[in-house]
Amino acid sequence: MIVRGRLTVYEPRGEYQIVIDTVEPKGIGALQLAFEQLKERLTAEGLFDQDRKKPIPAFPLTVGVVTSLTGAAIRDILAVLQRRWPTIQILIAPVQVQGASAGRQIAQALADLNSWGSVDVIIVGRGGGSLEDLWSFNEEIVVRAIAASHVPVVSAVGHEVDVTLADFVADLRAPTPSAAAEAVVPVLADIVERLRELTVRSGQVLLRHCAFERQRLDAGIRGVTDVRFRLQQAAQRTDDMVGRLREMVQQLLTSGREQVHEVQRDLSGLNPLLTITQGLATVPQFSKRLEGQMGVILAQHHHRIHAMLRQLNTLSPLAILGRGYSILQTIPTRQILHRANDAEVGQELEAQLASGRLSCTVTRVCDDATV
Amino acid sequence: MAAVKFEQAMARLEAIVGELEKSDLPLDESLKIFEEGIRLSKNCLKILEEAEHKVEVLVQDKNGKKRIHAYSSDDATDESSS
Repeated sequence: MIVRGRLTVYEPRGEYQIVIDTVEPKGIGALQLAFEQLKERLTAEGLFDQDRKKPIPAFPLTVGVVTSLTGAAIRDILAVLQRRWPTIQILIAPVQVQGASAGRQIAQALADLNSWGSVDVIIVGRGGGSLEDLWSFNEEIVVRAIAASHVPVVSAVGHEVDVTLADFVADLRAPTPSAAAEAVVPVLADIVERLRELTVRSGQVLLRHCAFERQRLDAGIRGVTDVRFRLQQAAQRTDDMVGRLREMVQQLLTSGREQVHEVQRDLSGLNPLLTITQGLATVPQFSKRLEGQMGVILAQHHHRIHAMLRQLNTLSPLAILGRGYSILQTIPTRQILHRANDAEVGQELEAQLASGRLSCTVTRVCDDATV
Repeated sequence: MAAVKFEQAMARLEAIVGELEKSDLPLDESLKIFEEGIRLSKNCLKILEEAEHKVEVLVQDKNGKKRIHAYSSDDATDESSS
């Protein structure tokens, strides 16, 4: 036995005391060393990485179990599984869990359950024992078989304090076989209750929703009815107003028509046609009187004009020409010649006679007043 | 696998109830997923009801072929004798 601790001496009596920190059986050092070395190697390889771990299915219908048929582990596992989920299907791959061939058998069983096909989760483990008893679960072949499993693996080796490499590589580590069974399978009654609860809850929610929509619909219908009532009222008011309007228009028309008749009566007394007809009748009388008067006046003026014309005629220069005189004019300036000196020899002259004209040429100018 | 189907159905069912309870869905949409939920819960119950409790043992026969047989308490004694 190897003991680690603090050594004290009780001097008066010369006694030694050890306050112990740890105790381990002698000879465990070699196994411990192998364990640490393999753990280090497989850790470096990444076999224990968290991201390698597969999720454990929430509702496995078939549970594979790799353990001994004779151990306490299988009894515990079967009891817990059946208690929690009475219709669970269990497929046991029996193995030896200690001894020289245990590791190989455990690895083979894991491969067999994987290839069987219908297994949802595997529990691999055994009941408690000494470190040597549990040693198979530290074997590399077992660790690699667990790592290679496509089906999620839950490890359950020994008691809570026992830790094996199988625990490190498993997707889930359960402290005991019973705990493994509890971890992989929910309580069926809970699930059935949960299903029932979900159904009831969704039904209730839907009913509430329906009731709410129903209220909205009722409110809508009330609104529509209200609108219809108001429309009817408005229609009635409109009808009423149209009736009154019609009456008013009728009254206006009647009184208007009366006014028109009145004005027509007043107007007919002032008809201009009547005045014109009366006026026209007097025209011929006036016309006759005018004509008679005008004849007398016209004859008087006629006489006076003829007298004045005769008087004018005796005064006309042309009347003088009639007595044998003529008027000489220069050509083309048409200046009337008063003296012979006003003309030159060879000048063209025109002589106006009482009847007609003569074109003359000056052949001699005699300025003798005696001639 | 049935287990996966069951798990998915349960998850969907939870999601449906959650969505219904949020109550921001129009009624016809709610009815639609409600029907889906009822269908799912029936299917789940059916899977549970149809499951038959079996405990079987996977063994290798003399020709090295794998086969299964029903587990009985005798298996424990068989194991210890072999």
